[in-house]
Amino acid sequence: MGPQDQQIKFYQTGTFTVGNRLLAENQRSVQADMHRTNSLNSGHRACQGCGEALGARYAIDAAMMATANQLIAVNATGCLEVFSTPYPETSWQIPWIHSLFGNAAAVASGVAAAQRALGRSQVRVIAQGGDGGTTDIGFGCLSGMFERNDDVLYICYDNEAYMNTGVQRSSATPPAARTATTPAVGPSPGNVFGTGKNVPRIAMAHRIPYVATASVSNLRDLEAKVTYAMTIEGARYVHILVPCPLGWGTAPEDTIKIARLAVESGLFPLFEAHHGRVTSRTPIRRQVPVADYLKPQKRFAHLFGKTPDTERIARVQAMAEANIAEYALLD
Amino acid sequence: MLKQTEGSRAVAEAIALCRPQVICAYPITPQTHIVEGLGEMVKSGELGGCEFINVESEFAALSVAIGASAAGVRTYTATSSQGLLFMAEAVYNAAGLGLPIVMTIGNRAIGAPINIWNDHSDSMSMRDAGWIQLYAETNQEALDLHIQAFRLAEELSCPVMVCMDGFILTHAYDRVDVPDQQEVDAYLPRYEPRQILDPADPVSIGAMVGPEAFMEVRYLSHHKQLRALTLIPQLAAEFEKRFGRSSGGLIRTYRSDDAETIVVALGSVNGTIQEVVDEMRSDGARIGSVSICSFRPFPLAPLREALKNAKRVVVLEKCLAVGLGGIVSDGVRKSLSGIVLNGYTVIAGLGGRAITRGSLRRLFEDAQRDELEQVTFLDLNADVVSAQLERESNARRTGPTAEAILRRLGTVASSIG
Amino acid sequence: MSGAEILSVAAFLEGRYAQAFPSFGSERMGAPVMAFCRIDDKEIRLREPVLAPDALIIQDQTLLHQVDLFSGLPPRGFVLLNSVKSLDELGLAGFARGVQHYRMCTLPATELALKYVGRAVPNAALLGGFAAITGVVKLASVVAAIAEKFPAPIAERNIAAASEAFELARRSQEVTNAQAD
Repeated sequence: MGPQDQQIKFYQTGTFTVGNRLLAENQRSVQADMHRTNSLNSGHRACQGCGEALGARYAIDAAMMATANQLIAVNATGCLEVFSTPYPETSWQIPWIHSLFGNAAAVASGVAAAQRALGRSQVRVIAQGGDGGTTDIGFGCLSGMFERNDDVLYICYDNEAYMNTGVQRSSATPPAARTATTPAVGPSPGNVFGTGKNVPRIAMAHRIPYVATASVSNLRDLEAKVTYAMTIEGARYVHILVPCPLGWGTAPEDTIKIARLAVESGLFPLFEAHHGRVTSRTPIRRQVPVADYLKPQKRFAHLFGKTPDTERIARVQAMAEANIAEYALLD
Repeated sequence: MLKQTEGSRAVAEAIALCRPQVICAYPITPQTHIVEGLGEMVKSGELGGCEFINVESEFAALSVAIGASAAGVRTYTATSSQGLLFMAEAVYNAAGLGLPIVMTIGNRAIGAPINIWNDHSDSMSMRDAGWIQLYAETNQEALDLHIQAFRLAEELSCPVMVCMDGFILTHAYDRVDVPDQQEVDAYLPRYEPRQILDPADPVSIGAMVGPEAFMEVRYLSHHKQLRALTLIPQLAAEFEKRFGRSSGGLIRTYRSDDAETIVVALGSVNGTIQEVVDEMRSDGARIGSVSICSFRPFPLAPLREALKNAKRVVVLEKCLAVGLGGIVSDGVRKSLSGIVLNGYTVIAGLGGRAITRGSLRRLFEDAQRDELEQVTFLDLNADVVSAQLERESNARRTGPTAEAILRRLGTVASSIG
Repeated sequence: MSGAEILSVAAFLEGRYAQAFPSFGSERMGAPVMAFCRIDDKEIRLREPVLAPDALIIQDQTLLHQVDLFSGLPPRGFVLLNSVKSLDELGLAGFARGVQHYRMCTLPATELALKYVGRAVPNAALLGGFAAITGVVKLASVVAAIAEKFPAPIAERNIAAASEAFELARRSQEVTNAQAD
């Protein structure tokens, strides 16, 4: 039973999550469960409103519940690793290893191989990292893990830039976004159009058993996808959009709202794929123009002002329309 | 059991006897035969309880090893040259995390220019990463050192590189004695990790450490290597007792007790050196040699003891500190701190250039007469060098240096003697 | 496996020490390739290429006029040449009997390989011939080495080639010796 078979759908408005109180206990989210492991414990040093902390907590607790707490996590260098393990403390209540920036997928392959060698088939492995560690420097190892179909779930927390080092551009940075290395100056302000890497599609090209995109605006959907992923053996990839208030220039309390706007504009489609083919998608309830999503973010401030950059905004809109068509998001 | 087999094969058999649980491999000449041998053993079932993983790069290879080792299993990989550099970040990481990975280095030169033949520049590039580095003189020793390496690595929680000369040892057929499983099991017990990723007892490995504790962490890794100075001879002695032959240890001396001239070197060239020492001894020369097996930790005290009464020391190195001269020489000089004698550095065998008996004889005779420069490049073709220098002073666009030299030498890319 | 390697195994089976290794020159298809083998009754410590061989096995006769093959070969050194032609036909008879007194012998090793193995792999035959003219290893050891290192059906065929080569070389030696007397 996959996420698409959920009997209960929750539609979130504003930034308020619909409560679990109306549901029977066994229908509540993992986070509502008293037995959740709280794998990423409080006390970490993430920024207010950090999308990644939110996403990681939901994802890892879901994975722990799905595996009866038999989980090992491998973390790439990045915000999550840095804010969760400030010496001499750690927020992680699960076995966790951080090796390097670009090798999380390979280290995870090694951990998984060790479990096989030890005959511990019930212990599962998650590799996780930000977009930088996944789409750029970790790309080779990621592809290797996919190609071998190693039994690893890789979770990418995508905040669309190298945030930990001061907001530099990555291959996940969207066009027109301002970063420290794609400043909003000159004839083509912000990140250049026509660049960028769609890792979920690349994961699909490897024909791995399961690929999914998720967003911190749809937390139950996120939990369900991770839970489902843990029922499958082999290489799996979940790509989660996690707004970064600091890097995106948004208010900390607007993280979930912004993530929802990304989904509802069509810029971040929510879908699942099995062995290289899209098998389900979450339709857009109420489409919003991309400007509604871009305007609250200071990283796109240069597109708005006395004379809005209608040409670039239109190009972004075209990208959204293309996604809507591709994934039939309005059908 | 005595066998006549390729050095790589002998090493593969030794690794298999150590009951590795995860082996990961990326091909690079000249170590490939080792991992191919192991891969075959795993696939055929001859080596059971072991996962063999084909990875997409050397960086991935050592990263997979890091994951496996941290998860509590005995782990092995191998590389050479460019591959070792490609995994450099992971090399430091493995040492910093204290993971007892054993890795074979099939010593090979580092480019540019690309060169597949033997020298020590690869392992030397990682000498300060925190790994223990052991150099094998023969294929028998290469085989034996791997068994000692796992034991050493696991007792100290420190990764170990076993270095063996590419082609000269890896691709040579030699007579070796391969121990039996029982003997190895008695010497090398099950791996008991100091740290392990285990859901039953969670830990966080790889935390960030700031100025308040970094010095202490690094000091402890230094201290670990200093402890290895005691442990390495102990394990070698135990090995000798159990297997009946001397292998490993910190250094090995040859006819050096009353020697006026002592030659110091690492690896297989020591065999040739010993032949020349014997020749010269029978002609009345007071010459001897020292083979350094443990390069990290560097055996300062035993070297000092072995060299202190000599008149002169010739350090023969298959590596180069570009712009400075010797690498091994630095360590040797340090061991002789306060002692005055003539020290000579000889850079030899780079990129697989053969080191011949004849050349060594002439070299040692020059040394005996103290007619050597501080730094000598053995058998350097002075004509080729001066021709290139002249070209460069006469024109700006001189093209790639390597190509120019090769053209001058003719179609045969390397000369033997 | 190279001929040098099989030879080293043959020597090993006789209880001797042997070291076989490839040359360190360019290794690519079409380039001259060398392999070396040292045999001794004590441990071999030397790690240099063989510069002064006691015996030379020339697998590819076209190299005769391209590379200085005989460099370092001492007087009365053995030379085994893979060729269907005789020394006379190759124009080498005079050379062999010349100042160096090389003990040269030709052997149609490729043809023997084609006959028994069906492929142009002259190593086994050359080793059979080598055993005959030098006596450094016995034919039985060469046979045992081949049997050990190759799967049974292939080993058998190579052994047959080696055995015939041994006989051919032995007879050719007798003729040469008779002529010399």
